[in-house]
Amino acid sequence: MAITCPYRPSHADPIAHVEISVCEQRLLENMEGGVAYENDLNLKATELRLGLPGTDCTKEEQAVSGARNNKRPLKETSEECRAKGKSDAPHDDQGTATAPKAQIVGWPPIRSYRKNNLQPKKAEAEAAAGMYVKVSMDGAPYLRKIDLKVYNGYPELLKALENMFKLTIGEYSEREGYKGSEYAPTYEDKDGDLMLVGDVPWDMFLSSCKKLRIMKGSEARGLGCGCETDLDFLMQHVSTCSGINRFIAYEKYVTFQSDLDVQEMSSMIF
Amino acid sequence: MNYFPDEVLEHIFDFVTSQRDRNSVSQVCKPWYKIESSCRQKVFVGNCYAISPERVIERFPGLKSIFLKGKPHFADFNLVPHDWGGFVYPWIEAFARNNVGLEELKLKRMIISDECLELISRSFPNFKSLVLVSCEGFTTDGLAAIASNCRFLRELDLQENDVEDHRGHWLSCIPDTCTSLVSLNFACLKGDVNLAALERLVARSPNLRSLRLNHAVPLDILQKILMRAPHLVDLGVGSYVHDPDSETYNKLVTAIRRCKSVKSLSGFLDVAPHCLSAFHLICPRLTSLNLSYAPGIHGTELVKLIRHCRKLQRLWILDCIGDEGLEVVASTCKDLQEIRVFPSDPFVGNAAVTEVGLVALSRGCPKLQSILYFCQQMTNAALITVAKNCPNFTRFRLCILDPTKPDAVTNQPLDEGFGAIVHSCKGLRRLSMSGQLTDQVFLYIGMYAEQLEMLSIAFAGDTDKGMQYLLNGCKKLRKLEIRDCPFGNAALLMDVGKYETMRSLWMSSCEITLGGCKSLAKKMPRLNVEIINDNDQMEVSADDRQKVEKMYLYRTLAGQRKDAPEFVWTL
Repeated sequence: MAITCPYRPSHADPIAHVEISVCEQRLLENMEGGVAYENDLNLKATELRLGLPGTDCTKEEQAVSGARNNKRPLKETSEECRAKGKSDAPHDDQGTATAPKAQIVGWPPIRSYRKNNLQPKKAEAEAAAGMYVKVSMDGAPYLRKIDLKVYNGYPELLKALENMFKLTIGEYSEREGYKGSEYAPTYEDKDGDLMLVGDVPWDMFLSSCKKLRIMKGSEARGLGCGCETDLDFLMQHVSTCSGINRFIAYEKYVTFQSDLDVQEMSSMIF
Repeated sequence: MNYFPDEVLEHIFDFVTSQRDRNSVSQVCKPWYKIESSCRQKVFVGNCYAISPERVIERFPGLKSIFLKGKPHFADFNLVPHDWGGFVYPWIEAFARNNVGLEELKLKRMIISDECLELISRSFPNFKSLVLVSCEGFTTDGLAAIASNCRFLRELDLQENDVEDHRGHWLSCIPDTCTSLVSLNFACLKGDVNLAALERLVARSPNLRSLRLNHAVPLDILQKILMRAPHLVDLGVGSYVHDPDSETYNKLVTAIRRCKSVKSLSGFLDVAPHCLSAFHLICPRLTSLNLSYAPGIHGTELVKLIRHCRKLQRLWILDCIGDEGLEVVASTCKDLQEIRVFPSDPFVGNAAVTEVGLVALSRGCPKLQSILYFCQQMTNAALITVAKNCPNFTRFRLCILDPTKPDAVTNQPLDEGFGAIVHSCKGLRRLSMSGQLTDQVFLYIGMYAEQLEMLSIAFAGDTDKGMQYLLNGCKKLRKLEIRDCPFGNAALLMDVGKYETMRSLWMSSCEITLGGCKSLAKKMPRLNVEIINDNDQMEVSADDRQKVEKMYLYRTLAGQRKDAPEFVWTL
């Protein structure tokens, strides 16, 4: 297979003629010399030699490496701020792990639409598996499980719970919780505390809810109602908290109980 | 030929459909120019600033369909500021004013506003087709205008656009009397759509052949749609999330079984991979598969799916398929012509495929013509083997995630590998390179890439000679885009006449100076030489010796554009 060269350098560029014949020879060797995928290239024999024909070999090599060295530092300094951590010239050790690279603007060349679709999608894909939590109801013999991900917000969730357990929970209010209902939807959060459903934003709820519990009767009324001055309710609330939250709850309610002896109170609670 | 009456020539020219061929026809002689221009209906303008809309209207009075491109290609990678330009409004306004009977509009990388969409919907009673690719500047309100007013709407195709979603009812705006829809693609919309309206739309569109849904369309609706549209040829699945209960899943399988015409499958924007087996029924007939937006599908699931796709011609996937997965592709998809492997983790900079996968593809798929391959590493030996196995490449784009990485085995530059590609693939029209590259590779390209039309280079070359070899050699070069290469004024100014034979040249983070650009602009009045000065790098009174960060030049008959923002200077 003859390699024809359509490229005709101008007569003012004799060096190019040499380069071309070297290139043709090298390409011929590469393509036809049976270079299999597994074999190494015979690099020494095909090394680029720039310079006029008949010039000394070593001088040419020096000229080549010299030209290369001149340009490389320049390239690196101008790109320093753009591409920190870019691996150095080919003379680095093979197989060293590349240092964490700074982000180069516009690299890799992927459309922003595609890039934006990847990262959030990855997180979504992980979350897409569903978020099943147990739901217990006071007095019921067995628990249920629901996937919180299918609901867009509290109203949907509460409706689903109402349907599942055939009861009425009613509407949430910040002051009074689920007043008017004998049920109160609660959940156990990451800290192990029993919280009223509806207090925090939906997304925060999704990330902190570990299990749901539908409380019934007097216990349900205790949470979230405005009877903070009643010591019984106070004790009940404090006792449902654990750890540091118990102290915090205790402290909060103590401020309303300035008449009571603090010691007396602490002995009753703890 | 002068003895033929005009009508006969017109009739003959009707059979000449490609724009290039029609351009050639119009250059034969003056009468042919006149006739061809008077009857050409489809026009392609590769750079919206190369010519004024008035001139296009004047030359092609029969204009019905136009494809306009705006921003330079590197705008895709955030290298061009958003408001650089590419506004389509002046074109639409000119068409409306001159009573052009516009029926089809296709835009790529342009800015189109809601007002413009509304103007389109009101000004062209026969408007049938709107295709927007990588565009921005509009919201779903603009889509609502198109939906409401275009009574004969056949095609609404939104590909990878940045659309502000007002969560409106745009889909419901398509009137009940509109039954002409053939193609609907809203996969890129982020918000909800009225699902009931979507179902009704599908039910009253007997000609619907292409439907691509967005992530807000859940599985049960998909199943209902498929039951109503068994003649679909192109399907883009939206959401595929929740593990469906057995009833919904069975219904889906039944629906899919009825779709005997689906040849192209895409989407799976949210996915629960265990349900993919439902689609194995469609796989044997598929010629096109795009799973590049489905990072939720793991490599093993991908492979299972692909084993059924023996007729595949086009495949777009993520690199999580791995080299082993690509071996499966190579052994299964013998008709494969185009493949694109995208990185699933571009932020960290790790790709899951290497030269091994590329070589496997070249061995197994001899019909391969077009490839875009993001990989972790490459070797010269691999590229040489690929070049030998696949001499038919017309498009070859290789992106190593570390842009200056040398041959992973020999630590040499990748000049030889790419040299082999351009030498062997005589029909190569488009090339993108990466990895460590010296001037040598440009010598090869200049020597052998005779058909090359578009070349993208980054972090390559040593001296001006590299660029000079290119400009000297590639006679058919139309678009050249260069970033972060050490090419300076000597290269830029070597052959200024060449730029008039090209559509455009982009150079960023190179060694060219303001003085060089000014000199070029002075010599070539029919080029717009734009300096993009975002980040206020340059002051007005800048020294000519200062380096230019971003330069974009293009040939034009329209002179300096009047809509350039402050940070763009046309020299």
